[in-house]
Amino acid sequence: MIEMNEKKPKEIAANPFLPEEMRLVRRYDLTPDVRFFQVRPVDMERALSLKYNPGQFMMISLAGIGEAPFSISSTPSRPGMLEFCIRKVGRVTTQLFLRKENSSIGVRGPYGNGFPLEKMIGKDILIVVGGLGAAPLRSLLLYILDNRDKFGRFYFLHGAKSPEEMLFRKEFFEIKERDDLKCFLTVDKDEHGYWPFHKGVVTDLFTKVEGLDPENTYATVCGPPAMYKFVIAEFLKLGIPKHQVLMTLERRMHCGIGKCGHCAIGPIYTCLDGPVFSYWDVLHMKDLI
Amino acid sequence: MKALKLKREDLYTYLESLKSYGELWGPVAKGEKYVYARLTNVRDVALEALRTIIPPKKFFVPPRFNMFRYSGDQYTESFDDVKPRVLFGLHPCDIQGILILDELFLERFPDPYYKRRREATALVGLSCIPDDKCMARSTNTHAVEGGFDLAFNELGDNYLVWVGSSLGDDLVRLNLDLFSEEIEPRDLKTYLEWRRKRDSRYKLSFDLTGMPDIMELSWDAPLWQELAEKCLACGSCSMVCPTCNCYNVRDVSDLTLESGVRERHWDSCMNKEYALVAGGHNFREARAERLKLWYTHKLKAFITEYGKPSCVGCGRCIDTCPVNINVAEVIRGLTGQKVTL
Repeated sequence: MIEMNEKKPKEIAANPFLPEEMRLVRRYDLTPDVRFFQVRPVDMERALSLKYNPGQFMMISLAGIGEAPFSISSTPSRPGMLEFCIRKVGRVTTQLFLRKENSSIGVRGPYGNGFPLEKMIGKDILIVVGGLGAAPLRSLLLYILDNRDKFGRFYFLHGAKSPEEMLFRKEFFEIKERDDLKCFLTVDKDEHGYWPFHKGVVTDLFTKVEGLDPENTYATVCGPPAMYKFVIAEFLKLGIPKHQVLMTLERRMHCGIGKCGHCAIGPIYTCLDGPVFSYWDVLHMKDLI
Repeated sequence: MKALKLKREDLYTYLESLKSYGELWGPVAKGEKYVYARLTNVRDVALEALRTIIPPKKFFVPPRFNMFRYSGDQYTESFDDVKPRVLFGLHPCDIQGILILDELFLERFPDPYYKRRREATALVGLSCIPDDKCMARSTNTHAVEGGFDLAFNELGDNYLVWVGSSLGDDLVRLNLDLFSEEIEPRDLKTYLEWRRKRDSRYKLSFDLTGMPDIMELSWDAPLWQELAEKCLACGSCSMVCPTCNCYNVRDVSDLTLESGVRERHWDSCMNKEYALVAGGHNFREARAERLKLWYTHKLKAFITEYGKPSCVGCGRCIDTCPVNINVAEVIRGLTGQKVTL
């Protein structure tokens, strides 16, 4: 009987809209309004075999409340646990913040293209994060650190509004101590005077970037919309080709699989063809950013 | 494709026979307009109906339906209203509209809700003579060469019946005695005459070659703002368009808050909240932007992706928009012709 089922086309076997029951294993606050969630499929074997790419997202589903898309913050190089970094900002997230450890939530995915890892292998990497942009880019950051021998020179530039609002403070401080990447952290404002590093906007940190081979560099940015223009200008100044400048975009989504229409931009769907786009995409497709 | 003949006077008898496959639906009069309704009495069918208010998409993507029932955190799939149906009286443009929805819902990540309804439904076409709002010839959707199960074509005192699928063949066999296989030379003559008559009735004619380029060049054209100033953002155009397929998902709890349904309902990119995300950012706040998205989907994006527009020229937007914004006016505006709004 099982053999017969396997021969059936996949689309008959599964309803792609059906949320999978997952367990909320652990949660803690990163800042007053951003919480870290660790989630895994109830079945441990399934949890270990779940495949995804940095840059992909999942739909989190709360029965009676609704569904919303969230970037995956964990790395597939550390299997078993899905991690999300979520700001309390809407209906679904407000209810999600009320869920306790060991409660079950619905999750479906992964969706989207994710970062083009196969093209990035062997290349120099420059990651620039502002604020909540850490949510998707932490996945790529950790993936590269876990496969460090497969990539070239590696820069991680991070900006936050203030030390209090910085996400993954402890983790990124530890990463800064590593000698297999160049990590620079900055905050815009430090009212209490205990920030030990650079103070100023994230683009200030580009003065520290040297020795990259621009033709063979992939640069990526995620952060508040206002930041993109300035960071991309810095990437281009370094001589990084436009199609190797990557960013991950946000849109309203109700399905994740190109059906509901909300994330359409011209002929593409953010959920299928994105959310990772290159600066070249942005230039030749209207409406992207 | 196999062609048969059916005497006009036998149509009602045959429609009655189709009921043994499933519920029979077809166009019936409603006030001055037409709607697809269940043909309990086959003589209610409005053979003269040109366009129904809502296109047949409602059979495959109902305006509102349950995707799941949930209880606690357990979801159960819901396919409540999926049942065998025969849709009679589909005009070529409407069949083409369904074929476009097939591309969207059955390719890459097939949608099981669409697929089940689509598979349970037999499509029976019916030829038509266009009116002044039809523009299917411009969109090359005035004829259909496949995708239906049966297609009836007016042929003097007879109907020419194309059998388009194995299911169509089964449907013929529900009352085989009514059909004749003898197509005579004079039938061809009658058919060609009918075709000429049909083609001569199109009042609207547009050259849609290169529309994606024209739209690209018109991206910042004042036309969009001019249209936006008239547009009521009511979304009626999306409701009546055979290829508009956007939807929202909403959970509706029962009074205990323990269980309820996750339902899908039609949305329109003309609605202001269409691209609104949590936190309050709206990617398409301006009405002009949303109008442009609507027409980008019909005249640019779909052509880029599939080589044909996703407008099937049915004329429903022309019939429906309260302020006369429609695909014909927009094409006129885009191609430098006089906009008559």
